[in-house]
Amino acid sequence: MRIVCPFCGERELGEFTYLGDAKPVRPVAGASEDEVFDYVYLRDNVAGATSEYWYHGGGCRAWLKVSRNTLTHEISAVEPAAGAGAAKVGA
Amino acid sequence: MASAQTHRLSNGGLVDRSAPLNFRFDGKAFSGFQGDTLASALIANGVKLVGRSFKYHRPRGILTSGSEEPNALVELRTGARREPNTKATTAELYDGLEAASQNRWPSLRHDVMSVNQLFAPIFVAGFYYKTFMWPAKFWEAIYEPAIRRAAGLGRAAGVADPDHYDKAWAHCDVLIAGSGPAGLAAALAAGRSGARVILCEEDFTLGGRLLSDGGTIDGLPAAAWLSKTLDELAAMPDVRITTRTTLFGVYDGGTYGAIERVSDHLPSPPEHQVRQRLWRIVAKRCVVAAGAIERPIVFAGNDTPGVMMASAMRTYVARYAATPAKRIALFTNNEDGWRTVETALGAGLQIAAVIDARPEVSPAHRSLASKGGFPVLHGSVSGVDGGKDGVRKIAVSLTGGSRAEVEADGLAVSGGWNPAVGLTSFHRGRPKWSDDISAFVPDGAPPGMVAVGAANGDFGLGACLSQGFAAGATAAHDTGHNDKAGIAPVADDEAFSLAPLWHVAGKGKAFVDYQHDVTASDIELAQREGFESVEHLKRYTTLGMATDQGKTSNVAGLAIMAAVSGRSIPETGTTIYRPPYVPVAIGAFAGHHRDETFHATRLTPSHHWAVEQGAIFVDTGLWKRAQWYPRAGEKDWLESVTREVKAVRSGVGFCDVSTLGKIDVHGPDAGAFLDRVYINTFSSLAVDKARYGLMLREDGIVYDDGTTSRLAEDHYFLTTTTAKAGLVMQHLEFCRQVLFPELDVQLTSVSDQWAQFSIAGPKTRDLLREIVDPAEDLSNEGFPFMGAREVALRGGLKARLFRISFSGEMAFEISVPARFGDAMARNLMLAGAPFGVTPYGTEALGVMRVEKGHIAGPELSGTTTAADLGLGKMMSTKKDYIGRVMAGREALVAPDRQVVVGIKPVDKARRLRSGAHIIPKGQTPGPGNDQGYVTSVCFSPTLDQWIGLALVERGRERIGEIVHAHDPLRGEDYDVELCNPVFYDPDGGRQRG
Ligand SMILES: [Zn+2]
Repeated sequence: MRIVCPFCGERELGEFTYLGDAKPVRPVAGASEDEVFDYVYLRDNVAGATSEYWYHGGGCRAWLKVSRNTLTHEISAVEPAAGAGAAKVGA
Repeated sequence: MASAQTHRLSNGGLVDRSAPLNFRFDGKAFSGFQGDTLASALIANGVKLVGRSFKYHRPRGILTSGSEEPNALVELRTGARREPNTKATTAELYDGLEAASQNRWPSLRHDVMSVNQLFAPIFVAGFYYKTFMWPAKFWEAIYEPAIRRAAGLGRAAGVADPDHYDKAWAHCDVLIAGSGPAGLAAALAAGRSGARVILCEEDFTLGGRLLSDGGTIDGLPAAAWLSKTLDELAAMPDVRITTRTTLFGVYDGGTYGAIERVSDHLPSPPEHQVRQRLWRIVAKRCVVAAGAIERPIVFAGNDTPGVMMASAMRTYVARYAATPAKRIALFTNNEDGWRTVETALGAGLQIAAVIDARPEVSPAHRSLASKGGFPVLHGSVSGVDGGKDGVRKIAVSLTGGSRAEVEADGLAVSGGWNPAVGLTSFHRGRPKWSDDISAFVPDGAPPGMVAVGAANGDFGLGACLSQGFAAGATAAHDTGHNDKAGIAPVADDEAFSLAPLWHVAGKGKAFVDYQHDVTASDIELAQREGFESVEHLKRYTTLGMATDQGKTSNVAGLAIMAAVSGRSIPETGTTIYRPPYVPVAIGAFAGHHRDETFHATRLTPSHHWAVEQGAIFVDTGLWKRAQWYPRAGEKDWLESVTREVKAVRSGVGFCDVSTLGKIDVHGPDAGAFLDRVYINTFSSLAVDKARYGLMLREDGIVYDDGTTSRLAEDHYFLTTTTAKAGLVMQHLEFCRQVLFPELDVQLTSVSDQWAQFSIAGPKTRDLLREIVDPAEDLSNEGFPFMGAREVALRGGLKARLFRISFSGEMAFEISVPARFGDAMARNLMLAGAPFGVTPYGTEALGVMRVEKGHIAGPELSGTTTAADLGLGKMMSTKKDYIGRVMAGREALVAPDRQVVVGIKPVDKARRLRSGAHIIPKGQTPGPGNDQGYVTSVCFSPTLDQWIGLALVERGRERIGEIVHAHDPLRGEDYDVELCNPVFYDPDGGRQRG
């Protein structure tokens, strides 16, 4: 498997670390225990298009959002996480 | 003296008669020629019996001439290089080769286990499941040893492999599997267009079936065209052709696996050369020109030595000038089988008869028969009379019902051809059935891949050339190259007419899977017992599960299943294809990652100095860390470690702690960022101060700990544990980039940039004053406990100095750029000599941290909360942080949780061991009353006894209670007292002094 890192170009799987589903969004401060529980534990077991977090630890250390089809393993898009790279969001 | 090559033709073939090679098979000396395989050399010497079968120990001969061989498996080489299950059909002959047959005892010709044939009824399909179910104890005592002795597939060497294996990457535009006419045409087209091409050929000679079947291409004999084509390809700098290389796997994103047998054709690898090389090839396009595999017909006695695939027989005659038989019968259901007759006649061999299952034979072949003086019998072979010396007589059932007999010493069989659909099916693709050739053909392929020629079900030479060429040109075009492929090579297509025939009913065992001894009646039995699905059929009968993966047997097996279950073959379907296409040695996957080079080794900045000091090292992850520094006269590690601890507690010592993870956190929001990742607050930390921090996982469990110092308003320096250095960096980057992208903060890993030493003991300041510029104030007022700042050293070098203590003593940690680490260690020794400075290792470090009740890896176990560790008060209630909400869950704040507590043996002389379970005193140990376990122990020189830390239910409420330590692993039981985990200087006066 190969991932096209937006910063480094196409690299092989061994340079990346998989984290998991990129869909859940961390609840804001003060969220209820149930909301945080869902964020921490509840995941869909998707057969088809997913987005997931991968870390380019063997390269630029960017966190990437990879759109991948779990049935075909086809990667349709790779985008950097909002805060990847040097600039802060909104700056 | 080697025996004469009685079955070698006097001329022809691709063997080099000027290069004779001596070899031994089962101890007997033979000779062959350069260019032989072990199989062709055995054939040239008239050897027909090469092995015994797996289950019934039936005598077996050579069936094929390629990597699909199910029978002729041998143990190749001797000693540490002995390799079982090596296919004689692909093993290249070299001088001095030694091979032994398998599955026989005491000898190949007299095998006592062949009595298994008499007990054949118990070896039917599913016999493992049926026969050996009861009684259970019989398994270990009788069945398993007996089966293992009887049914081995060769013996492994039993000692370490002396050879090296390599792993390498390659990248190309167009990857081609196979160097037959289709593959070479693809390489020509892609290469002429300027594409970067890699062509992998399994064989040691390029040309595929051209080497055996010849033909005419562009008006030239095949050999001439081949040589001209290889010359043209050799002149193309971007075309790389590798022989002895099998493409075995297809992975995502155009990644392919190939195994190159670099030195398998040599007695042993030359110096500095590897045995095999595992290639990972990244290719934008892949052209599969892997050909097809001729399939047997299942009939009684079809495993008799001398029964051989028709294509293999003509390969041995044409390519190797070796004659498997003098008087050959052919059993075919298709036109292609007749080529063997043409080849045999051309070599002067006798044809006994052709048994053709089709109703009609072409006029050309009729006249060939009358010229050659042999009969054409319409019908099928129903039995073979012969034994370990090979075929003698062949029984034929003629169409119409009458019978005939043919005397022959060899029987060539052709049941048609199965395209090699493995590579195209490895992404769970299912091939589709083609009625035209009665075979499965690829139904699509993984992205970027296309099958051509015989691999695609088009067997004609003309079709192979045109399809291969077109695919090569398209692949080059698709990868951005010019369209200068030129003109495709041209040849005629041979006729291919086939009447499907899978199984001839008859008396006696008719083998489908030769390697696993699966017969037609096994498949019929499986059907009767309800194992109709191909996946069940495979597992119940073990059809196709041997090392050949059923290359010659799968399709016939499911055709028979289709027939007995009243379904069509496509309805019956195929099993899932999985890599590797051929067996690949585990050593090749490991490559150089074995023994000392199993993983990378990280050395601390003072490593070489520590080696000079005679340090004993311990592996900590990838690191080599000095564990202790033995001195002459010390009888064991405990004596050395005890000395080191006492030296620190009474004077001064130092320890390389560079393995800690170190991260610079920069930016105006650095403090706010740390507040969100640690349970305690860092934005309030004053510049030039350090603070201990604890971080949780989002589920509320403790993740890591360490000290963080604020070196400037917008610059923090954070340390992690050695074990979690990389993971914490990854976690912090996730927090920064994904969770809190609005914060203006940057992270830099500086673990390798700083050499860091802990200097500890009451004389620490005395030592430091010799190192640090005298202008720096190191007094308690000028540099108080938990102070942290940059200082100048004598000589001007800048260092970072942190007044932190893991040992509980007056201590500093000093950081210098890593390249000065070695010098710093030497300098500390010199400057510290007047104070009796003592280097100490990780053992003494660990002893002092247990004495001080500090938590470390064993307590940060991935199950403990901050409160379990006695650090609940650090959890800020004024801010959000990772893990805060989940840490408040009922079970994580339950009052009966196991918490860190100290333990002391009631018998002061007793040694403690970590891992012992804590049980209430007076109770019988069991899971129901297991209240925790001992996490860390040490011999405390300070207290002159063993002490430890444990996780114990409600432990902090039970200080002073005597409990029972139960260690079933070591068979130890003793009482311990629960106590305050801080054994040494509980007020902390020493570290503040
Ligand atoms: Zn990258």
